[in-house]
Amino acid sequence: MSQPNRISGGQIDRSQSIRFTFDGLPYIGHPGDTLASALLANGVRLMGRSFKYHRPRGPLSAGSEEPNALVQLRSGARQEPNTRATVAELFDGLKATSQNAWPSLRFDAMAINDRLNTFFTAGFYYKTFMWPKSFWEKAYEPIIRRAAGLGAMSRQEDPDEYDKGFLHCDLLIIGAGPAGLMAALTAGRAGVRVIVADEDFRMGGRLNAETFSVGGHSGADWAAAAVAELAGLPNVRLMARSTVVGAFDHGIYSAVERVSDHLAVPEAGKPRQTLWRIYSKRALLSGGATERPIAFENNDRPGIMLAGSLRAYANRWGVAVGDRVAVFTNNDDGLRTALDLQAKGVDVVALIDNREGGALLPGIRHLRGAEVIDSAGWLGLKSITVRQTNGKTETIACTALGVSGGWNPTVNITSHHRSRPEWREDIAAFVPGPAGPAGLTVAGAAAGAMSTHAALATGQSQALAVLVELGIAAKASDLPQAEDAPVAIKPLWYVHSRKGRAWIDQQNDVTVKDIKLAHQENFTAVEHLKRYTTLGMATDQGKTGNVLGIAIMAELTGQSIPATGTTIYRPPYTPVAMGALAGRSRGREFKPFRLTPSHKWAEEQGAVFVEVGNWLRTQWLPRPGETTWRESVDREVLATRKSVGICDVTTLGKIDIQGTDAGVFLDRVYANTFSTLPVGKCRYGLMLREDGMVLDDGTTARMGEHEYVMTTTTANAVTVFRHLEYCRQCLWPDTDVQLISTTEAWAQYSVAGPNARKLLQKLVDQDISDAAFPYMGAGNITVGGLRARLFRISFSGELAYEIAVPTRYGDALIRKLVEAGQEFDAVVYGTEALGVMRIEKGHVAGNELNGQSSALNMGLGKMVSKKKDSIGMVLSQREGMNQPGGYRLVGVKPVDPNGSLSAGSHFMEIGAPVELASDGGWLTSKAYSPHLGCDIALGYLKGGDQKIGQRMRAVNFLTKTDTEIDIVSPHFLDPEGERLRG
Amino acid sequence: MVSAWHQTTALGAAAPKVIKIGPYRIAERLDVALASLATRRGRDKDVARAAKAAKVPLPMPSKAATGSPFGGFWLAPDMWMIEAPFDSHEDIAAHLKAVFGDAASITEQTDAWVRFDVSGGNLVPLFERLSNLDLQALPDGYASRTVIDHLGCYLIKRATTEITLYCPRSSAQSLLHALEVTAKSVI
Amino acid sequence: MIINHPILGPRDVQEFVYLGDAKMMHRPDGMTAGTEAFHDYLYNRDNPAGEHRELWYHEQGDRSWLVVTRNTVTHEITRVELARDVARAEGRSK
Repeated sequence: MSQPNRISGGQIDRSQSIRFTFDGLPYIGHPGDTLASALLANGVRLMGRSFKYHRPRGPLSAGSEEPNALVQLRSGARQEPNTRATVAELFDGLKATSQNAWPSLRFDAMAINDRLNTFFTAGFYYKTFMWPKSFWEKAYEPIIRRAAGLGAMSRQEDPDEYDKGFLHCDLLIIGAGPAGLMAALTAGRAGVRVIVADEDFRMGGRLNAETFSVGGHSGADWAAAAVAELAGLPNVRLMARSTVVGAFDHGIYSAVERVSDHLAVPEAGKPRQTLWRIYSKRALLSGGATERPIAFENNDRPGIMLAGSLRAYANRWGVAVGDRVAVFTNNDDGLRTALDLQAKGVDVVALIDNREGGALLPGIRHLRGAEVIDSAGWLGLKSITVRQTNGKTETIACTALGVSGGWNPTVNITSHHRSRPEWREDIAAFVPGPAGPAGLTVAGAAAGAMSTHAALATGQSQALAVLVELGIAAKASDLPQAEDAPVAIKPLWYVHSRKGRAWIDQQNDVTVKDIKLAHQENFTAVEHLKRYTTLGMATDQGKTGNVLGIAIMAELTGQSIPATGTTIYRPPYTPVAMGALAGRSRGREFKPFRLTPSHKWAEEQGAVFVEVGNWLRTQWLPRPGETTWRESVDREVLATRKSVGICDVTTLGKIDIQGTDAGVFLDRVYANTFSTLPVGKCRYGLMLREDGMVLDDGTTARMGEHEYVMTTTTANAVTVFRHLEYCRQCLWPDTDVQLISTTEAWAQYSVAGPNARKLLQKLVDQDISDAAFPYMGAGNITVGGLRARLFRISFSGELAYEIAVPTRYGDALIRKLVEAGQEFDAVVYGTEALGVMRIEKGHVAGNELNGQSSALNMGLGKMVSKKKDSIGMVLSQREGMNQPGGYRLVGVKPVDPNGSLSAGSHFMEIGAPVELASDGGWLTSKAYSPHLGCDIALGYLKGGDQKIGQRMRAVNFLTKTDTEIDIVSPHFLDPEGERLRG
Repeated sequence: MVSAWHQTTALGAAAPKVIKIGPYRIAERLDVALASLATRRGRDKDVARAAKAAKVPLPMPSKAATGSPFGGFWLAPDMWMIEAPFDSHEDIAAHLKAVFGDAASITEQTDAWVRFDVSGGNLVPLFERLSNLDLQALPDGYASRTVIDHLGCYLIKRATTEITLYCPRSSAQSLLHALEVTAKSVI
Repeated sequence: MIINHPILGPRDVQEFVYLGDAKMMHRPDGMTAGTEAFHDYLYNRDNPAGEHRELWYHEQGDRSWLVVTRNTVTHEITRVELARDVARAEGRSK
């Protein structure tokens, strides 16, 4: 359990040891380590298998751009696949396993794919599994999915919690390297509100990975001092472990803070991650740059990594990836790796530099004008083959190779609003385009300012520019002394070779050959190239490979790189857990519940509840001995029709409408007339959309000269209120009307049935005889002295009232109603019985108010008054909506009283073939009517008004039923309405 | 008149609930009566005069005002929510109608809302996980509608360590749950 | 997006509900205009790539309807007005 590759130095705490396992084997690391750095310290280079060819792979990088070292963390419900070992913080007891390998990482049976690589080129799947078509879903796809792919999900519920939140700042700084820290110091000292977000757990960016000094201190020490100063400023919020994943309009950014990912289990009550929505006046991207490789044959072996990462492992984590190290570079930055490693006492066996000129490093075998053309070592690098200027090839034994093809500024977030990056020849890289998100500026390497000095300088100058825009005076302070080396690069994208494969996108196994094939088959546009080869489509989104692919395509087509262009980066910058996006809105907490005033009472009675929108309503109330829902519902219906039933109708929308123009306003929004409604009365109202379709219905009562209470359906309460405000503010802005919702202010119960009046009279202080309180009466009353409202309206077709008290008395009222109802054998009924009774009565509800039905369709055409202007009046008169033979609401009964009906069945004539042409409409609502002793239904039937009394069929393709039916009036019960007026 | 009927809180209990989590205190309030007041067209001066005489505060947009017996906060253009002690003003709409006559539209709102007073400790970490309002920058006496746990609530910043929430009454349990889990996540 | 509410200042778009073209306010008078005019009013819309005046409702706020001038390509918002003021200025009354 020694750490053979651990060398001196680094920002790790060697005084403490962390125990962890990888594929069951125990290892030791230190605080400050990532899983990748600790494994490398322990001599483990092999960490995964590639997506398609199952090639053995080790880390390519030391950061979030990692394509190869994807592992599974933890076990059980917390098992997380596809985690980048290069950013996973080590914690005591961490269990990591490799993925996409069977039976083991070292021997993976599917590596046969690698031998068969000639077949598995780009487009292989598209071309091969085309035929026969039916095989795709059943055979090909499952097999391919099993063979390819990454880690496995736990298939258990995520035990962790995720928070969401909102932050506000003047300046959001994305990335805390030299540019970001300098900008934060400048803005923070000026007193503006600053948020510094960095994906790393240790701020400082490359300063932690380099050896050069800043202001006379080591870069890491300077960064630590800057962070300490910023931490002391009350106007600065430092957010480590926080990745800004997306830029949205008007200064909004989203960031994922990994609150607990560095712990085995989150602390009690704490979330695993928090998704922040950050509102910023200005933002600064100082996300640095990402190194890119050079493609050559077999450049994907464990031990071959980016030169800057090799250096980072040595400098930041005290790890020498191999005992014999070589470096392959096309630019000066690669030379630093050789120098740093040599200074650490690592054996640097060769420095292969494709450039012929430049500095010759002393004490190192510096092969100028040379290229690496191949490598060997199946499970880990053993040697490389180098071709020198004179064409001579040589095999050099080494266990690690650092490759530097140059650095790509991290432009991703600047592209989130479609801005395309621009090519800069002098640094051979894309830099942010000019049309990035408004309010976002870029500093440091992300802007192409590649030296430490340039990063510090642009960080400061961009922060000062932001301060000017915010109207704050601030002066530039002296910049700390830092290196200012120019970029010296001779672009080299891939090493021309004989036949082998050279990897570009290591995660998706895209090789130079695939790019050539795409070119050959004319998929040359970058967007086509991406989709054809899957370049850049893996979880790393091509952070290391994309530019290579584009450059090679440019070479093949003979176009310049800027003319070839880039694909557009989209959020998220790095993968985001689904849990973070969901936050706390999952399972039972997906949305808040709304509880009715009788909820507690109903719970005590053992009621069955149903979700109606966010409401939980009583669906039915089983009594002892009842074993099926039908027994309960039938009893509730029969008892109500026989004597009296009580139902909580609080959920219906109630809108208080006042003002001297309230009556006129209602005339405009309802198809029928309300200005003529006497005070103390209510009326059924039909509300249309402007296109003439029914929007909603309900009763509205006139409580005073300029005071109405409107009822809406439960489902449409919000929509109707919005519509009324629209009419009031946008269409008739001078109308004297005031609106407010009172839905929740009143507990409202329907009391229905022949004994409804007798029951209520026991509680109501006033006389509610038919003479004193006639049908459709409405008024303010008192119950036991308590202010209340009474409406004589009926949905059930029975003599019925709705009584309302302030909601805090709703529990008292339901108990008093039940108590007062005992002598009448009163029942409390739920939404099922409510539905049965309204179908028996032929009242329309949600199934009929489907947004595609007119008043005429519902048999309510006469309600649309043409004597006044109202929303929808004109267009409801359109010819097409008024054809005879259009849909009309009808009632349906099965010919066989024991026959069953189902909503959604289609009307067809007897003997008609079962085909679309025979379709005569559909059954909208169905119920078993205990009153009639059979199934009944409502439906929209073409020419239905002319077909009452005819015999037809109800055909259902889903239940495969074909039932003979009689078309009847939709008013199954008491068509004359005698019960209502009783 | 005061009713003899028993009252039930929005959480379904006989008495308001008080919860303590770390430094935070979440107290349900049942003792406040509410009514909305909206100026009728062209009656601004009448409303202002009557309000002044009866000491009914009609604060500016985004503001709340306290007073005795009436407090209030701005709801919408020409519209306010008026608060008063429940014991003395249970029928608050009737009280206000007597003051404003036909110059304003007045609607009882007492039980349309559940009120939670959240106090104690630094409320910023708690509320930055609940609402998009910039609590840290807001002045005392700020009032605004805001979305908390999908619910449209009114938030009043009484002081740095005291916030009043008025939320849809029927969702009181869901809202309290959101307050509780969030408070636990930041203590 | 952020909509700079004329009364309440900058508010997150999540608080708003979108309706569409502000021309929806130009509703003809149903007693004088015929089906053709209403058909044109309800169904015929421009679909500009650029500046667009549109109606937004501050549902989770003060319930104001707003006329927002927004560039449909860049999402830049150059003007926000109370719809009621706009309606009055355009001659709408009762």
